[in-house]
Amino acid sequence: MSIDGIHEKFPALRQTVNGRRLVYLDSAATSMRPREVLDAIGGFYSRDGANPHRGLYDMAQRSTEVYDGARAAMAGFIGADAEEMVFTRNASESLNIIAYCLAPELLKNGGNIVIPISEHHSNLVPWQVFAKRYGAELRYMYVDRETGELPDAELLKIDGETKIVAFAHVSNVLGNLLPAETLVSAAKDVGALTVLDAAQSVPHFKLDMRALGVDFAAFSGHKMYGPMGIGALYGRRKLLETMPPFLFGGDMIEDVREQETDFLPPPSRFEAGTQNAGGAVGIAAAAAFIEKIGFDAIEKREKALLRRLVAGLNSLKNVTVIGNRDENAERYGVVPFNIRGVHPHDAATILNEYGIAVRAGKHCAHPLLTYLGAEFNACCRASLGVYNTEEDVDKLLEAIPEVRRRMNLGD
Amino acid sequence: MAIDAVYTELITEHSRDKRNRRHVEGATHSRRGVNPSCGDELTLEMRVREGIIEDAAFTGSGCAISQASASMMADLLRGRSVAEADRLTEKFLGMIKGEITEEAEFAELDEAAALQGVSKMPARVKCAVLPWHTYISAIEERESDSKQ
Repeated sequence: MSIDGIHEKFPALRQTVNGRRLVYLDSAATSMRPREVLDAIGGFYSRDGANPHRGLYDMAQRSTEVYDGARAAMAGFIGADAEEMVFTRNASESLNIIAYCLAPELLKNGGNIVIPISEHHSNLVPWQVFAKRYGAELRYMYVDRETGELPDAELLKIDGETKIVAFAHVSNVLGNLLPAETLVSAAKDVGALTVLDAAQSVPHFKLDMRALGVDFAAFSGHKMYGPMGIGALYGRRKLLETMPPFLFGGDMIEDVREQETDFLPPPSRFEAGTQNAGGAVGIAAAAAFIEKIGFDAIEKREKALLRRLVAGLNSLKNVTVIGNRDENAERYGVVPFNIRGVHPHDAATILNEYGIAVRAGKHCAHPLLTYLGAEFNACCRASLGVYNTEEDVDKLLEAIPEVRRRMNLGD
Repeated sequence: MAIDAVYTELITEHSRDKRNRRHVEGATHSRRGVNPSCGDELTLEMRVREGIIEDAAFTGSGCAISQASASMMADLLRGRSVAEADRLTEKFLGMIKGEITEEAEFAELDEAAALQGVSKMPARVKCAVLPWHTYISAIEERESDSKQ
């Protein structure tokens, strides 16, 4: 499947906003879904739709096959075994499950948790809360404000007392890639577990859990062209097996007696109650869609657009790219920027008048925005998906100078 | 365009105006207001004596709409009785919610009436009302303190 013209497969992109064609540049918040994904979800509910893992009739059997098939497909998509792939609601829930199930045992004697300052709240607040609860220390590795990279000295915060090293593969604000290999090896050296927030990397390049060597990973379906309400938790088999259940209920039970319960092994142990089977079908369809286009084509297209966008922003008066300003720097999906003297929310409101959807504010990363010291402690963020075109980028670049004019700030 | 009615010169000027962006000497009331979803935050300070708001000003940061609204509110409420300020606050909130649409009705809001256009921008309503809700909380907080 060719990436050219792929935007035509996305019904939601075919709309006008304030009389103009929608230019959707907020895929890092949530990406739109192609017809294939919508049809797969609709098809499941109109054809199968019985409760998986329960009934003995044909329909239930089909649902079971479809649900288990979706799990196998997602495991394959990230280079894991099916037993290591737990379906959740989203990356936030996955990260919470890890924190809830690991913290009591890991942090019972204190110690520390190390995360980069650039983390999304989803991969920050659970650690902050559990560190406090168990008297552990939450340590931050401070990224370079100019590049988003982690200076070597910051890695030394991982020490003999470190129990968990958690980090986003790609920052949802800065868009830079964190060095998973280095972090995993530093964590392994001290016997700490690693948790990867892959929400912003999974739609942009091929993930291979074995090669990455992380202990846990989390991502959402809705940022990779799938539906909302379905996500994934990857855990190394040996670790998942030692973890207690997170929620109790149907379909995670081996046997229940009046006073005792035996739980199923992973992944079922972590999937209590009827699951979002339609969502599982949708996320698997989204992964198939990505694979049909191919990550080579996706990376090539997105890199070219990011370069065009960063170069274009750099050429505009009164516009500052946040983080790495080098148009050739490695980045994925997102470009943060500010328009001098204009609060990002006002900028986003005005851009909406031109049919352009960008995110603005603190991007669920308050500590990072405070640390960066950007004007208003906030920024605009344009983010890309497979469907974006040079024309989309140019529309944004053309509209930005209008923002200051409309705010009566001159050019 | 709908936004032309909002990003007027009056509003953008108020949003950058420094007059009301300061601490209040001998403040009797201080209250922080935050819009968690967008990060607008301000601290409203007032000096209220014998039921009269002698001075009102604010510090903080946020979008033009929240900052202009705070500045206009400070101008409007300064020198008024708390009872009068309560009534005007209710009127402002009614205007933004779209419950009061007659121009004659909100003329007494003075410059703050210029924010009426926000009532047509649901995504930004919370920005415009933040200072006014903060005012209500500041008054209520002191009332409950004095009752204890």
